Amino acid sequence: MKLSQLEVGEIGIVKEFTDLEMSVKLMEMGCLPGEEVTVSRIAPLGDPIAITVAGYQLSLRKFEASTIILQ
Amino acid sequence: MKADIKVALTGNPNTGKSTLFNLLTGLNQKIGNFPGVTVDKKTGYCPLPDGRVAEIIDLPGTYSLYPKSQDESIVFSVLADPSNPHKPDLVVVVLDASNLKRNLLLYTQVADLKIPVIIALNMIDLADKGGISINIDLFAKKLGVPVVPISARKKEGIDKLKAAINFANKIALQEESIDVETIAPELIGQIGRELNLDNPYYALQLAHQHETIKFISPAESERIEELEKEFSFHSQKAQAAETIARYNFINDLLYDTVKVPETARDETASNKIDKILTHKVFGFIIFFSVLLFMFQSIFAWSAYPMELIADLFVWIQNNLHQLLPAGPLTGLLVDGVIGGLSGVMVFIPQIAILFAFISTLEDTGYMSRVTFMMDKLMRKVGLNGKSVVPLIGGFACAVPSIMSTRTIENWKDRMITIMVTPLVTCSARLPIYVLLISLVVPNRNVWWLFNMQGLALTGMYIFSLVSAIVVAFVFKLILKGRERGYFIMELPVYRMPRWNNVAYSMYERVKTFVLQAGKVIIAISVILWVLASYGPGDRFKQIEQKYQQPQYMQKLKPDDLNRAIRSEKLENSYAGVLGHVIEPVIKPLGFDWKIGIALITSFAAREVFVGTMATIYSVEGSAEKMETVQKKMKSAVNPETGKPVFSLAVAFSLMMFYAFAMQCASTVAVVYRETKNWRWPAIQFAYMGVLAYAVSLLAFNLLS
Repeated sequence: MKLSQLEVGEIGIVKEFTDLEMSVKLMEMGCLPGEEVTVSRIAPLGDPIAITVAGYQLSLRKFEASTIILQ
Repeated sequence: MKADIKVALTGNPNTGKSTLFNLLTGLNQKIGNFPGVTVDKKTGYCPLPDGRVAEIIDLPGTYSLYPKSQDESIVFSVLADPSNPHKPDLVVVVLDASNLKRNLLLYTQVADLKIPVIIALNMIDLADKGGISINIDLFAKKLGVPVVPISARKKEGIDKLKAAINFANKIALQEESIDVETIAPELIGQIGRELNLDNPYYALQLAHQHETIKFISPAESERIEELEKEFSFHSQKAQAAETIARYNFINDLLYDTVKVPETARDETASNKIDKILTHKVFGFIIFFSVLLFMFQSIFAWSAYPMELIADLFVWIQNNLHQLLPAGPLTGLLVDGVIGGLSGVMVFIPQIAILFAFISTLEDTGYMSRVTFMMDKLMRKVGLNGKSVVPLIGGFACAVPSIMSTRTIENWKDRMITIMVTPLVTCSARLPIYVLLISLVVPNRNVWWLFNMQGLALTGMYIFSLVSAIVVAFVFKLILKGRERGYFIMELPVYRMPRWNNVAYSMYERVKTFVLQAGKVIIAISVILWVLASYGPGDRFKQIEQKYQQPQYMQKLKPDDLNRAIRSEKLENSYAGVLGHVIEPVIKPLGFDWKIGIALITSFAAREVFVGTMATIYSVEGSAEKMETVQKKMKSAVNPETGKPVFSLAVAFSLMMFYAFAMQCASTVAVVYRETKNWRWPAIQFAYMGVLAYAVSLLAFNLLS
């Protein structure tokens, strides 16, 4: 299951990444394997999305979210 | 002021770093540039309890030492480059106590560079309120550094922080966070030996960043590249391993020292606000209302101070003319330099108000929501959610807006934003549009509610946005991206704006604008003044002699005589000659030589148009008397056709020309400054010129 497939309010736990370059940036922002992520909202036009991770809100594009595999 | 100790402030964005900087330094601060890069360098002085003075440098906010934008790349250079004049004796890492985990990543990286470091645990009041309990003593003990809880907003703990800076160690005593060498043992060891480095993390950072940092020699950089190949070092994999190790360390540390309640903290309030502000329908309505309010305020609130500034300059000019002996030098100083200065200064109120709005919107966290909402739309045309800020700013002035594109990490997105921002209707175009619309559009209402002149003006604003979007789309197809675009951005918790910060940022921007744009405008207005005040050969003398003949001296009143002389001199000045020279080129657009002069002078700055028109139609007094300019222009008749010069077709053709042409020396200068390459301003100047000519031609032929 990918993070981009979650609906608003759903929770997942990060398992791994499919894109090394993106993973480096995401991990710096606290989005690491084992972290719990919640989809907080989706932008009015359907992209990007906002997730809650490590106690704060992070916005990322759907494509970027699709590189995050959940447990 | 001489500093006894150099202190650098560093931390994530949105941690209250700037507030702390303002508290420590007060008005003792100055903004400069880091050499070679266009990153604002904020430094200030702070007196310490023992009487020494600390130089504080506020580094750009960053999430890690691995830079994602130009601003962020400066952080590592300042902290690590031994020859950097700002290399700090002490680093104060500002952490957001309510969001420690992500904040600590940067701390562990900075600490591993082995510079003496202190932690300022900011927003401790918010953490308390959210039920987060931090065992500060244990936290400090485990890291081996002084930790000072502060609240920069409430001005609490600042004296303790100053004392901690005062008594800080001269050597780095912090504990190791991770075992850096295990990431790439051979490579780190070899770089350390060959470059004579004693810090393994510094060696590792060089391995990652050697291609972009400026303080190592090309030979050293090549050697590092060779070593990386030899030990098959993979930068991204190494960075991933490092980040995971650091977060493991941080998780262990926080597990022992911090208790977070199960329910999330004040984010819920923020969440509620977000539900409305990023709502499918209300979100956009609110955004456009905010924009509308902003423009209304920029125009409404700035009118009076602008008038005051203009009047002040007229007063100064009049007085100087009376005080100083008449002559070319006085003319150059008073009409050239001071006249040019007044052209810059009148825009101060608009720029100040615009920046007050923008920094308030940024400070509250709303701007990142706008970015969030608009990203998809913007991406379709080759821009980026973050392009919204400069494009909105472009309505006031392209110069600060182009400076604000630095937050866009992606090179291609940033270039396209810079290229199209000057198309947005800036405040300098407003007087021109108002003047021309009032000449040709009847002042009456349609559909009861809408004033036709107002509609025409609104139309010009919308037209400028549409053209910016179309041009951006074309650039998207032409330009090749250098790197993949991405949009990973923090959405900070909503906070009340800190009015102090807003005021500081307003002050800074105005100062930068006056200094940067001021130089160019003064230089060009001096040149224009010379061109308009002198003519080839003895033409001026002949004109003076002609008007000394009795048929003029007796028939005309002295005022009328002077006006007649002035306007004939202008026609025969270098500027007038130039106007005649370009007349054949601009004739297809419906312009005569007089408009030609205004077009030429407007290449310094668009706002010169009204002033030039005023001079050309030999109106008494200053350019501010719009009514008289308007009347004169309305009654101007084309000698060939006998019809008014400013017909609907000519007026709209002229407006189109001003809508597209790059008639702003300050923007050209700032684009060069931001891109560090003459190609970009040249391309911009060319494409905007071609568009201006083509659209004007089209408008003139369609309407006449």
